[in-house]
Amino acid sequence: MSRYLVHRLAWVGLVLWGVSVVTFILIRMTPGDPAEILLGPLATAQDVSRLRSELGLDRPLAVQYVLWLGHMLHGDLGRSITLHRPVLDEVLRRFVATLVLSAGAVVLAFGPGIALGIGAARRPAGFADRTALLIAVGGVSVPSFWLGMLLIILFSLRLGWLPGAGMYSPSGQPTVPDLLRHLILPAAALGALPLAVITRVTRTGMADAMREHYIRTARSKGLDERTVALRHAFRNTMVGIVTVVGLEMGFLLAGAVYVETVFSWPGVGSMLVNAILTRDFPVIQGTVLLVALAYVLINLLTDLLYAYLDPRIRFE
Amino acid sequence: MLERATARPATAPPASRSPHAYARALARLRRNPPAVAGLAAVLAMAALAVAAPLLPLAPPDQTHFVSRLAGPLSSGYPAGSDQLGRDLLSRVIWGTRTSLVVGIGAALLALVIGALVGITAAYYGGYADNLLMRGIDILLGFPEILLAIAIVAALGPGLVHAMIGVALANVPFYARGIRGAVLTLRTHEFIDAARAAGAKNLRIMARHLLPNIVGAMAVFVSLNVGWMLTETAGLSFIGLGAQPPTPDWGTMLADGRSVITVAPHVATVAGAAIVLAVLGLNVFGEGLREIIDPHP
Repeated sequence: MSRYLVHRLAWVGLVLWGVSVVTFILIRMTPGDPAEILLGPLATAQDVSRLRSELGLDRPLAVQYVLWLGHMLHGDLGRSITLHRPVLDEVLRRFVATLVLSAGAVVLAFGPGIALGIGAARRPAGFADRTALLIAVGGVSVPSFWLGMLLIILFSLRLGWLPGAGMYSPSGQPTVPDLLRHLILPAAALGALPLAVITRVTRTGMADAMREHYIRTARSKGLDERTVALRHAFRNTMVGIVTVVGLEMGFLLAGAVYVETVFSWPGVGSMLVNAILTRDFPVIQGTVLLVALAYVLINLLTDLLYAYLDPRIRFE
Repeated sequence: MLERATARPATAPPASRSPHAYARALARLRRNPPAVAGLAAVLAMAALAVAAPLLPLAPPDQTHFVSRLAGPLSSGYPAGSDQLGRDLLSRVIWGTRTSLVVGIGAALLALVIGALVGITAAYYGGYADNLLMRGIDILLGFPEILLAIAIVAALGPGLVHAMIGVALANVPFYARGIRGAVLTLRTHEFIDAARAAGAKNLRIMARHLLPNIVGAMAVFVSLNVGWMLTETAGLSFIGLGAQPPTPDWGTMLADGRSVITVAPHVATVAGAAIVLAVLGLNVFGEGLREIIDPHP
């Protein structure tokens, strides 16, 4: 396991370095002079050239990259142009909101997805199988941002059951029940895609597992079909599902951007969009780096968990 | 649905292009009603989009302040109007042009770049393969939507930039898939035969490898194009793609969101168009995958 771990960690380091290079290049590609953008339209040419040398913008690109990377590694992501606060604090605060939303989506998708997948595999072409197919196709075809608006129209505007915007009620203390009420609709909108994927993976995994020899053994021992499906087949399917949940969680960190916009959810995605529209490039760069970092780490954790659950992987 | 007896184009290069193979594929397509329905829906939408200038529709940008936010089925507005009194039916049909062209354009752009990378990596192998694929792995270090957004941030918001961003973010998907398809072909005898006959690398790639992965590439595109459509619409929705007043499904949804409390139909109409197109493309893509390669 430790050899595998070292191998994976070295690889993650390489990917993160690549991510930093790509981000640096993308930010430097942005039209306009960063110093001019930072200082605003009222700055004099003298101010601009002073800031340029302060930021090291007059140095060669490779030097700029090293300086920039040094700042990033020390957690200095600069200050937001529009918010006048350190980028790191802002992004981390927003990131928690996005994590809550993504986790809510995965939690909502997990139970129904697995139940449907198992039901579908147990009776092919039956009712559960048809429902599962509908959800598997529908979940990837209905955009989260539109689903979110439909949910708002139905549950918030027509029925008035749940709030359709924000993370907490504007008045009063932020409490957990209040957060959960605000979370349900956006998490459901965001959860449609993972629901589709989990349903599909469970169905395929169960169908494959049910054809294995150990299932025949279990049946011939006289176990009832329920025990065979849940105790024998499902346990082995679980390994695949865990991986998918991990990958989906990473995907949702960025995929949440649309749902955050629909529900005015104060997450990192809506922050990134605002930063792009207001050309607040320290925020753009900080958000991209942190979300990519989180994504790589979540994928690493998923890989390790997978290797832990399925020993065959470690020894390859 | 689970048809297994299929000649994979990989093993029989010339047959994949014969009229016979097309006839067989068509016959299999006809036995898959959802795929046919999906294709029909997409073709119907494309036909409407092409015919938009000939249809008796109000100009999509024509504002009419007296009849703002008219509900569906009101006189003169079959699908209602938006906050500027623009005809929603006309905007949805004109928007089909923008949305389909940008979505499909993004898929084709990603395919071309992905094919170049994938074929080069698989054909040359060794260092070239390592270098190219490690580059692809680094791109995979970004969540795909984040990469698309970051590219649009660098280029600046706009429809063409959104298309480029979504395309580049999806290149890893195509490059990996096409590399895999070529790897299985590389060791085949007809490649050795071509080389023995004196064919240069470029010729082998273009004349011998490429025609044999057309089927695989068609499957990749058809499975991915619906997602590309969703993503470009999403970028327009959050203000990074098409800019107003361009009629586009994503911007229409953004308009709909701002009046969702008073006129929910504005968002509903544009979203329904997206779902119909994406559903059609996805169902057709699934069908095509079963026809061309039943074992993905």
